[in-house]
Amino acid sequence: MTQLPLRAQLASALGRSAATLSRMTGRGDGSVIGGRVGLLLEPDLLRKLARDRKLALVSATNGKTTTTRLITSALLELGQVATNAFGANMPAGHVSALSQHKGAPYGVLEVDEKYLPEVLNTTGAGVVCLMNLSRDQMDRAGEIWLLAQKWRRALSGKPTHVIANCDDPLVTWGASTAAKVTWVAGGQRWKEDSWCCPECGGPLDRKDADWACRECTFHRPEPQWAVDDEVAVDPRGQRWQLDLQLPGLANRSNAVMALAVAEAFGVPVERALPRLREVTSVAGRYTTVERDGRHARLLLAKNPAGWLEAFDVADPGLPIILSVNAQGPDGRDTSWLWDIDYRILRGRPVFVTGERRLDLALRLDVADVPFTLCDSFNEALAMQPPGRVDVIANYTAFQQIRSEFGRAV
Amino acid sequence: MPSDSALRIVWIYPDLLSTYGDQGNVLVLEQRAQRRGIETETIHVRSADPVPETGDVYLIGGGEDRPQILAAERLRRDGGLHRAVAGGAALLAVCAGYQIMGSRFGGEEGQPVDGIGLLDIASSRGPARAVGELVAEVDAALGLPTLTGFENHMGVTHLGPGVRALSKTSVGVGNGDGFEGCYAGHVVGTYLHGPALARNPALADLLLSWRVGELAPLDDSRYEALRQERLAKVLQS
Repeated sequence: MTQLPLRAQLASALGRSAATLSRMTGRGDGSVIGGRVGLLLEPDLLRKLARDRKLALVSATNGKTTTTRLITSALLELGQVATNAFGANMPAGHVSALSQHKGAPYGVLEVDEKYLPEVLNTTGAGVVCLMNLSRDQMDRAGEIWLLAQKWRRALSGKPTHVIANCDDPLVTWGASTAAKVTWVAGGQRWKEDSWCCPECGGPLDRKDADWACRECTFHRPEPQWAVDDEVAVDPRGQRWQLDLQLPGLANRSNAVMALAVAEAFGVPVERALPRLREVTSVAGRYTTVERDGRHARLLLAKNPAGWLEAFDVADPGLPIILSVNAQGPDGRDTSWLWDIDYRILRGRPVFVTGERRLDLALRLDVADVPFTLCDSFNEALAMQPPGRVDVIANYTAFQQIRSEFGRAV
Repeated sequence: MPSDSALRIVWIYPDLLSTYGDQGNVLVLEQRAQRRGIETETIHVRSADPVPETGDVYLIGGGEDRPQILAAERLRRDGGLHRAVAGGAALLAVCAGYQIMGSRFGGEEGQPVDGIGLLDIASSRGPARAVGELVAEVDAALGLPTLTGFENHMGVTHLGPGVRALSKTSVGVGNGDGFEGCYAGHVVGTYLHGPALARNPALADLLLSWRVGELAPLDDSRYEALRQERLAKVLQS
């Protein structure tokens, strides 16, 4: 790699020191503070750190952290990979990730949806992976049609190779100004944000996975890759049994996206797939923690589409603990609870906790889902018989539970 | 099959305007009617379909700028909602749906866009986004307890002489002039987005009572627990 200019070297080194201090003093994993310090000293640091590397950017409403991890695992076949594994997905986190792996010729960066245009412009990444867009914490995240429009503008006129989920109409629209797109039929469970054509506003007609606008020519592109239940189908029509350790349809979709990205980097499926199978949990997601004979599997779900995915993974034969907060990172508004259909939980023992448990309690009451209200996660766990239990929590509720178990990974 | 006498709840354009939990208002109305033994039938009207005129309670929710403009165009062209309201149906219009009911509102770039003229109000784009909890005291003529909820909008709404303010804000922005929402006849507009009725079951009952008359009391402890927790938290900060 070419040597960084002196100022950038210094900025990068001081950022790493700040990150180390942050970790040593127990304030966090250091990935944000380190990047902030670096950017303060050298505002152009991200561009400089990105230069001469082959980068993939990963963005979506759901599955960013997991897919970033899967792609990273696959690209390790080629050599060292810099990545923001802990979900610090804004420029400070990207600076930190690239600073910590200065010699890595490859980089896989999870990027917040809003920051994608800025990060793409700054880094000039060669590959962008786009999975899904749905309503999410709108008190701070903004409107998704506008987001997709910004993606279009950012991708237009660049040589970027986009890997995009063509089962999501809004993602398809957001990606379709790119010079080169590989379309993946990655599935779309949550459809409530795509009944209307992003191009003209007309109604979208749907038949199975296919969709087309009734009023204009916008329609689903022909996919090169597809997920078919437990199988990935590659552009040559070859079928690959996925056999992932990560559970659920959403992760099988994430894996096919990762295989398509890996192939864009020159890693064939037969080398990438065994790497994906090694991933068991991602920053605490899907991990199982144990206390007094209770084995709790932790599922993160931050928005309606994420809850649908979590319901797909949760075992209908087990009790389930639900925990909801509304701190800044969660969105301070709990309205989204009303977009989720909880009736699937009828018949299971359901336990409700978290800082906004009364919001969730009323929601379940209106859905005629019986439940037990608990003051804390610990109380809810202690009420379980020994054995397995599923846990679904939104962002800060999930982090609180992880902390209880020593930031379980 | 619901009988002809079932209470008909009509949810207008969930494909365009249901950005954040707007379904909650539908579910709360259904639950509060059914728990009183009132049969309900709920109709989801997609934007490509005509709005039925024979509904009892109509709901329209919040959404992004572009769908809001599309919804206004289609409602004006369709005319079904106008006929239903003229016939005495109840209507709760939320956030973007509230703005649509007036003579005009602010479009994507702040440009004035024609509304559908069901309420004597005019909206425009305000200087800053209003995001957060809202608390307001309801117009005494309606006899409702304190209004509580969450707002997330950039609109400023001016009330004309043909409507009355729904409430006077003590926390939050609402219409932008110290008041929140408005009402006229059986039409209520509010910036409390998403499931406003989950936080204000008395408002849900008001809409129901306009169609079915006096209502039997319900066990509201779940609603009341949430209301008290929210009001205490918001008023204390």
